[in-house]
Amino acid sequence: MSELKAIAIVGVGGQGTVLTSDILIEGLVDLGYQVKKTEQHGLSQRGGSVNCFVKYGDPVYAPLVVEGEADVVLAFEKIEALRWLKLLKKGGTLIANDHEILPIPVKMGKAEYPSDALEKLAETVEHMYILKATEEARKLGAAKVTSIILLGALVRALGLEDYDWKSIIRRKVPEKLAEMNLKAYEIGRNLMA
Amino acid sequence: MKKVMLGNEAIARGAYEAGCLIAAAYPGTPSTEILQNLSKYPEVQSEWSVNEKVAAEVAIGASMAGARAMAAMKHFGMNVASDAVFPSVYEGVTGALVYICADDPGMNSSGTEPDSRNFAPHMKMPMLEPADSQECKDYTALAFELSEQFDTPVMVRTTTRVNHGSSVVELGERKEVPVRRYERNIMKNTNIPAMARNKHKTVEERILKLREFSNQTELNREEFHTDELGVICNGISYQYAKEVFGDRASYLKIGFSYPLPDQKLKDFAAKVKKVYVIEELDPYMEEHCKALGIACTGKERLPLWLEYSANIIRKGFGLPTIDAAYHMDIDAPVRPASFCAGCPHRGIYHEVSKYGSKIVATGDIGCYALNIHPPFSVTHTMIDMGGSITAGIGFEKAERVAKRDFKVFSFIGDSTFFHSGITGLVNAVYNGAKTSIFILDNSTTGMTGHQDNPVTGVTLMKEVTTAVSIRKVVEGCGVKPENIRVVDPYDLEATRKAVKEAYESEELFVTIVQQPCALLKPVIAARKGQYCRVNADKCRDCRACINKTACPALMAADGKVSISAEDCNGCTICQQICPFDAIEKVGETK
Repeated sequence: MSELKAIAIVGVGGQGTVLTSDILIEGLVDLGYQVKKTEQHGLSQRGGSVNCFVKYGDPVYAPLVVEGEADVVLAFEKIEALRWLKLLKKGGTLIANDHEILPIPVKMGKAEYPSDALEKLAETVEHMYILKATEEARKLGAAKVTSIILLGALVRALGLEDYDWKSIIRRKVPEKLAEMNLKAYEIGRNLMA
Repeated sequence: MKKVMLGNEAIARGAYEAGCLIAAAYPGTPSTEILQNLSKYPEVQSEWSVNEKVAAEVAIGASMAGARAMAAMKHFGMNVASDAVFPSVYEGVTGALVYICADDPGMNSSGTEPDSRNFAPHMKMPMLEPADSQECKDYTALAFELSEQFDTPVMVRTTTRVNHGSSVVELGERKEVPVRRYERNIMKNTNIPAMARNKHKTVEERILKLREFSNQTELNREEFHTDELGVICNGISYQYAKEVFGDRASYLKIGFSYPLPDQKLKDFAAKVKKVYVIEELDPYMEEHCKALGIACTGKERLPLWLEYSANIIRKGFGLPTIDAAYHMDIDAPVRPASFCAGCPHRGIYHEVSKYGSKIVATGDIGCYALNIHPPFSVTHTMIDMGGSITAGIGFEKAERVAKRDFKVFSFIGDSTFFHSGITGLVNAVYNGAKTSIFILDNSTTGMTGHQDNPVTGVTLMKEVTTAVSIRKVVEGCGVKPENIRVVDPYDLEATRKAVKEAYESEELFVTIVQQPCALLKPVIAARKGQYCRVNADKCRDCRACINKTACPALMAADGKVSISAEDCNGCTICQQICPFDAIEKVGETK
């Protein structure tokens, strides 16, 4: 028996939440945990609000994470952090990427985007980390390595950074982007310092 | 060897290990990845069929010929396939025959949430229900064995959280099963009434044997911890129940759910002081228990709709729930699903939206259904695969009776047209419909994640084949050649002209709207380096581009409109809409 951990990885479809969670569960299995994950597929998820749930420990039954249950919520986008805050358990860790993707109704002037969402969240959540992951990813040369920067941050928050995550990253990303992704992982780890 | 697998990947692995030789499916969430994964095993001939009835029939034919075969589908697919699946139960099998049917409680990607377990007693077909990825593999493999042992097709029924859940699977070796000997056997392989009459009795006798099996098999497994409470549960509901009650309940986990194990249910109920039945959607097991005289509690405490969670079960049985710990008084604005940047559907719906209430638009199943949102707001109706063309015929008939003068426009995608649109088109020609049909050909099955289909000329196994021409099919169905148009929706002027002709036509009119999905890899490669940008000197910030296209590549910040070169593919629809000529195109198609 080991303590059950519940992780919610949330963002906007197309940001790479599935890749982050795929690498995470491979490592967790290799570390000897029982692991279950659930994710969304289909119906033009690109641009929509998406979530992946991972549970690990012993025993694990259903992968679904309910409100107030998540040890860690990792949000790839500002207002997704706001939207999924309800999943976080009291005293849990919220890691939020300081990045805005405006929903269509906001662009059309039919809804307001709360740009100060992260500041407001930081006033409420005791353990919150605001990371400029997409900004760092762009500096590396591709916004899409945001997902690996956030993976680096997540495994550190989970106290699992001693494991060789890099070998899984190497297997899961295109070969020509491997070095960039490995750098991204390091950046993510350091951002959590 | 152990591997983390998606439930669907594990189902494919189970079929592979069981010696499956032929497999067929039509894509549909949450079942799509089954055949996608199975196609990676060259030993299995996998195909995208044009619809689920065809897929079932391909599998039935292969089974009759003596090969182990499988057809996979979502719940809607079983509705379509059922016309073939019913008789296959009477006919039994030569090589094993397995149907995978994936339900979607919670309607993550479906318009209704029927409980396909009801098909099993209706069809008299045995049914298995796995609860995680390991069971997905094991149960699928076992279904092949049971099929041959009992001479019946077998259904494996899953739900989204099982199909799209990942957990560890212990892999096994493939068992090579040679194709069985084939002999003409019209008693077995046809259902002429004189022959079928004898077979119904055989089917009922088979169910008796299967019920005996159901009472013995470890697929229906008792976990005894206490006599205080007994929980009867299936699939993902078993996982929720364990999470909630742990060792404070005993369990009868039902993995073989048709025929249900009458004796085991009674024995289990007799050992405990009270019985809960926990199952998503219909009271399928509960009603059976009650018919057996077992006092039990289920749907009076738990909902009949949507998917369950541990919390829903806690709430239903009066246990403390886990509740949200943090609340904010600001809301996150919603992200309605919308057309992607560069989506070709944007062009046609932009032009059609100008007709407002002068038209009635019957819609169909696919990404293009997203036109339902502003700024397009075109679609009036959506029923099922192919329902656009046919409901349009009925709508128009009613219009004539009511002497109203709406024009009926029917919209259908390429894959949906091949799935169930062609018969509707023939019906429109035959019955003299005067509707205007738009076939939105984006050269892929988009919504389920880019599967090949007859227009692409490539099969699931990546073999190059004959690409079927939509235009020739339309002509072949009897639509007059002068009433057929082919138009590129990136060209708004040409699209506008075609829509006008369609509107004014007094005969059946078909417009084929042709431009491949912007997210297809070859399309991305061909359009690399192309994008649009805003000329700030000319832009008057009228926002027509944003408000009329709702394109995700367009951004507005600090009173300035800009375009994300990362997201834009240079489709130029916004450029053509801009009243001030303030948008410029960069790059050319390679």
